[in-house]
Amino acid sequence: MDGALVLEDGRVFPGVGFGAQGVSVGEIVFNTSMTGYQEILTDPSYHRQIVTMTVPHVGNTGVNLEDPESGKVWAAGFVLRSLSPIFSNWRGRGDLASYLSAQGIVGISGVATRALVRHIREKGVMRAAVASGDGAADTDRLVAIARAASDMSGANLVDEVTISRGYDWQETSDEDWYGSSAVFDPAPLIVAYDFGIKRNILRMMTDRGLRVRVAPAWTPPAEILAMNPAGVFLSNGPGDPAAVDYAIANVRSLLGRVPIFGICLGHQILALALGGKTEKMRFGHRGGNQPVKNLETGDVEIAAHNHGFAVSVKSDLGGGQITHLNLNDNTVAGLRHRKLQAFSVQYHPEASPGPHDSFYLFDEFVAATRRQTTITI
Amino acid sequence: MPKRSDIESIMVIGSGPIIIGQACEFDYSGVQACKALKAQGYRVVLVNSNPATIMTDPQFSDATYVEPLTVEICEKIIAKERPDALLPTVGGQTALNLAVQLQECAALERHGVELVGASLRSIQLAEDRQLFNETMREIGLKVPESKVVSSVVGALEFAMQIGYPILIRPSFTMGGAGGGVAYDEDDLRRVAANGLRQSPVGQVLVDKSLLGWKEYELELMRDGRGNFVVVCSIENLDPMGVHTGDSITIAPAQTLTDKELQRLRNMSRKIFDRIGITTGGANVQFAINPENGEVYVIEMNPRVSRSSALASKATGFPIAKIAALVAVGFTLDEIPNDITLKTPASFEPSLDYLVVKIPRWDFKKFAGADPVLGPQMKAVGEVMAIGRTFPEALQKAVRSLDIGIDGFGDHVDSRQSAEALSVPTAQRLFQVADVIAEGVNFGEIVEKTHFDPWFVQQMSDLIRTHRGVADEELQLSDLDAADLLKLKQFGFSDIGIGRLVGEDQFTVRAYRKSQGVTANFYRVDTCAAEFEALTPYLYSTYEIECEAAPTDRAKVMILGGGPNRIGQGIEFDYCCVHACFALKDMGYETIMVNCNPETVSTDYDTADRLYFEPLTAEDVMNIVDREQPDGVLVQFGGQTPLNIANDLQRMGAPIWGTTVDTIDLAEDRERFNDLMRRLNISQPAGATVRTRLEAAEAAESIGYPVLIRPSYVLGGRGMAIVFDESQLLAWLSDNVEWGGHPVLIDQFLDDAYEVDVDALCDGERVTIGGIMQHIEEAGVHSGDSACVVPPYKISYFHLDIIRDYSRRIGMALGVKGLFNIQFAVKDDEVYVLEVNPRASRTVPFISKATGHPLARYAAQIAAGKYLAELGFVEEPAVAGFFIKEAVFPFQKFPGVDTRLGPEMRSTGEVMGHASSFGHAFVKSQASAGLPLPKSGTVFISVNDFDKPVVAKIARDLVKHGFELVATGGTARWLNQTGIKAERINKLSEGSPHIIDAMGSAEIDLIINTPRGSQAHEDGAEIRSKAYALSIPIVTTMSAAAATVQGIKRMNEKPLSVRSLQAHYAAAKPLGA
Repeated sequence: MDGALVLEDGRVFPGVGFGAQGVSVGEIVFNTSMTGYQEILTDPSYHRQIVTMTVPHVGNTGVNLEDPESGKVWAAGFVLRSLSPIFSNWRGRGDLASYLSAQGIVGISGVATRALVRHIREKGVMRAAVASGDGAADTDRLVAIARAASDMSGANLVDEVTISRGYDWQETSDEDWYGSSAVFDPAPLIVAYDFGIKRNILRMMTDRGLRVRVAPAWTPPAEILAMNPAGVFLSNGPGDPAAVDYAIANVRSLLGRVPIFGICLGHQILALALGGKTEKMRFGHRGGNQPVKNLETGDVEIAAHNHGFAVSVKSDLGGGQITHLNLNDNTVAGLRHRKLQAFSVQYHPEASPGPHDSFYLFDEFVAATRRQTTITI
Repeated sequence: MPKRSDIESIMVIGSGPIIIGQACEFDYSGVQACKALKAQGYRVVLVNSNPATIMTDPQFSDATYVEPLTVEICEKIIAKERPDALLPTVGGQTALNLAVQLQECAALERHGVELVGASLRSIQLAEDRQLFNETMREIGLKVPESKVVSSVVGALEFAMQIGYPILIRPSFTMGGAGGGVAYDEDDLRRVAANGLRQSPVGQVLVDKSLLGWKEYELELMRDGRGNFVVVCSIENLDPMGVHTGDSITIAPAQTLTDKELQRLRNMSRKIFDRIGITTGGANVQFAINPENGEVYVIEMNPRVSRSSALASKATGFPIAKIAALVAVGFTLDEIPNDITLKTPASFEPSLDYLVVKIPRWDFKKFAGADPVLGPQMKAVGEVMAIGRTFPEALQKAVRSLDIGIDGFGDHVDSRQSAEALSVPTAQRLFQVADVIAEGVNFGEIVEKTHFDPWFVQQMSDLIRTHRGVADEELQLSDLDAADLLKLKQFGFSDIGIGRLVGEDQFTVRAYRKSQGVTANFYRVDTCAAEFEALTPYLYSTYEIECEAAPTDRAKVMILGGGPNRIGQGIEFDYCCVHACFALKDMGYETIMVNCNPETVSTDYDTADRLYFEPLTAEDVMNIVDREQPDGVLVQFGGQTPLNIANDLQRMGAPIWGTTVDTIDLAEDRERFNDLMRRLNISQPAGATVRTRLEAAEAAESIGYPVLIRPSYVLGGRGMAIVFDESQLLAWLSDNVEWGGHPVLIDQFLDDAYEVDVDALCDGERVTIGGIMQHIEEAGVHSGDSACVVPPYKISYFHLDIIRDYSRRIGMALGVKGLFNIQFAVKDDEVYVLEVNPRASRTVPFISKATGHPLARYAAQIAAGKYLAELGFVEEPAVAGFFIKEAVFPFQKFPGVDTRLGPEMRSTGEVMGHASSFGHAFVKSQASAGLPLPKSGTVFISVNDFDKPVVAKIARDLVKHGFELVATGGTARWLNQTGIKAERINKLSEGSPHIIDAMGSAEIDLIINTPRGSQAHEDGAEIRSKAYALSIPIVTTMSAAAATVQGIKRMNEKPLSVRSLQAHYAAAKPLGA
């Protein structure tokens, strides 16, 4: 089956289609994680992005029931060097091609992915169309389709991934993977804004003895405060943080009234609420090997990243401090506003996929909520 | 944290001779550590007994001691140099063990030396099996049920509790020496007894065997703050049960989900924290049950290792260098990434390619060795290949092996049955290819091999692609660009494609290029292209875009030696690295090509540009096409690059230095004999024969004994000395299938002295670099014989003849660079045995003895310089004595006859130097791991020819207080000549016999000279046992004489130590 990836600048990368047939558009991005493709596919932050993996062989371990980070595949397309013809892993329940097929996601394999990555590195991320089947041959048409797609800058994609009504999250992690959990009595309540939240973030919180209620992105602050939470969590998610104006406003009015912890898009929204600025990066950070320096301790953690926007280093954070830096390019990786009891990180302490070096941030959040509990009682 | 300023001088311990399990990967790590520490301004004191290493070149440290790696000698060096710190983690198990001994005997404390990089406690926790297992259980990790025992009975008792199969691993040995698997009680008795003997502490670990489980390894790095990174994950193709060093391995791991990989990462970190490796590199091995993911921790090495060298090459993350820097206080984020130059070393490399490592074995050298792979490492070298996909990397690795196989599935033997697959051997990979081709069911292959199905599937795809062309009986012209591209992306070589379509590689190459199918080069960049790679470390692939970005500088390409094997090892890497430095200094851009991950030459820091590629004509020409070098050097990497020189020239590569015609002149027997006749230089009488009858007639007319060998082998493979017609005929029956290549028969120069000469020729003159006299007499391969400079028993008259012959041969051949000649001196006549128009195995040794970098000069000559310009016109004088001794792997091959012969079997070498011959010999023996006794009992058993000579030796031994025991004939002879020697039974004469006496530690030295048909029936058993028990054994009379001289000297005066720098300064005072 013919397949092609066509970029808005006219560059064409031929391949062989797998998964669903058809044409899909999105921003073309690359991820350098060598494991964890199922987690990546199901991370809502990849909504409207076509993901290419730099690791050549993908699909080797198939797909399983435990690894999805949400209820479905969010990536708009999947571009690989070599799709595994079989899967081999004791947890595997099916193969990647059938999984994408069933979810209606277009994939192409046999692509010169390193050349593609170098192109993105030089030219920056851009719009693209990925096609599998009959549509793949007409590359002129695919260029036109790519160019007609909406741009990531200024796009509020949170509306497209958030939930329509809140729910309580109870599941904890499998001890095999993450070790044993702490239990508190009574358990502090956290309200988590769902801008596209990953399941492992929720598990990290329940593992630490927190009760978690997940709320739609648009939930007004008053409703949140009415639940009397010990902390509010701002989740990861897709798109341009500056475009989610209601969330910025809501967070601004919650600041100082409840401890706040944000991850990724949540971090960017917190920064914007504090008065900072965000900017689009040329090709972002996506991978599980990025060095982050904790400026408060001097330690370096290896962290999972997935972001295309970043908080501007020159931001005025209204008294907030930069707490973490990405050592590869010195971009802002974390911030804290001590007085307002708010902190956030650009990267993914919940990992999944990626190293587990940054779990301590969830412990810090627990500590913040417990301080809060004592104050309010 | 910046570097420590409270220490100024650091001692680094190297790993000693190349042995199985400890090869030139520790030269690579040592060079990196020394370079990094020197660059930080520390004074580096190095001790390593191996003269063939690059690290022992005086430029890499401030004081270089090529001395025995013993506590006694090291303490002398410490007392002299007063280092502040000792770095024990870059010299393998040898350095770690020595550091532990130095600490335990309080030598470090006495001299105020701090151990950096690892603490004694952490070494003990990691190395002591029982302590390690207990520690793992304490932190909640599973280890195989195991128990340390110090007796065979203990092992049997424990086996009754946990059942078979059982794994035995001795404590404190490297490369799994003395380990084995026992399937039943008989096995266990045998394996446990062997393991107990080999463990320096007399203990073995008895383990539940996890045969068939998947095996993984993580390479780790941590700094003093606790910052931790996983440099690389490695997956073994061979399941548990085969030593990692004998396993085919793949990086990064291919069949783990992220959750599984992170679990291993977390466990590794926990282990690191608990063992308390303060700083540096380490690795952890895991076993995973493929059925349910259950994880067992197998072991941890608290030091850099063979795998860390592999991981460094596989990722571009220089583990040893960074280990050295964090050991002196740097944190990972303070160290830049060498490849990107702008990101820090505190990151985890991401690979967008695959790396396949395949070990190289030399079983043919060890008749009688058990060819089954198990927990004890048997490989002598390895290759690594890089490809964008597993099939591409696998095929490149196969052809890198240099064993005459051009690709996976190239060597189909339809007689293979699937049954054979369950036994791990050196051939198993190829057997898998065969049975796939035969259509054996996929599931059956997986079940028999326990290879992960993913790999078997990839292999099947490869064979299917191969078959697609073969079965349709296509012509070359039937293949279009897309077909060719597909085959090349699957890693097929031009030779391999040629075989499918009935064409040679030259035709395939020309056609392929006409179709526009050419190799591109991608960079190993540590980051999957996320950042630009500024360091040109490249591999070929057949995907779009080329990242080579060649410069327009004047440039020279140096071809490396490929995998280590017996006869071609680190010495050639030393030469390549020197050639590289020399040309760099001359202003050339240097381009290194090699496929051996253990080497210094494949450090991206050595040449300006590194191509990690197989050393085949095709792969080298791909680079030549891209780089357009001014010259290609084939003289430095041993026989491997020489073998492809002709093909390279034919395809248009500019070969520098000695011409292809000169190489042919030296290697073609007929042409070479003609030349010697014209020069009026004697050679042993010889003949080329094609039938048994011709062979017998030729041998008769030459006169027995004769040296006999097949004509198509190199390095002494299959060579033998036969003493009469019955031996000749027996050898022919065993070794020769007539019809193909002829057999060469040469006069064997009995009782001759052999001499090796390394010399340089620039076309105008010849300068001799060194003349070495073998200590063993003729008949022992030059690589296996101890040798000494200056010669100690050759007359000036003969030396002058040797010099004259060397000059005339060098000029007549037209050598441009290094050449090596082997001479024999017998009955006042000098014979030429062999000429090699290339760098030889002894070049590093001679360079160290004379202080003259011969390989450097050779590279300069190849680039057009003359010896006169280099100021090297006189044969250098050598002050004192330098003795090179060979080191053998016999401990790893129980049951193999250890008698030395014309076939080379040593894996490595050591050097002893001193102002007297005796001391130099004593040091060489101590360095080789078989220190001479100062007193005790000597067992003597010699053949009739040697009996007249043995009397003097025996008398001297008695004079130095030794007791003698001897077998009947020898005892009678000695007693007749008035020397007291107690008679001891031969094996056949019943207990108590000599083997019993050896076993009960009653024998301290053995002098045993077997010969020809008179070979003592017990000889093989005695020699094998001597190696197993580490009893020094001498098998020639000349070596016995040297031994006596050494013992005498040692009893007169204690050994002293001197650095090479001090030696050269004394030999060549400033202004002299």
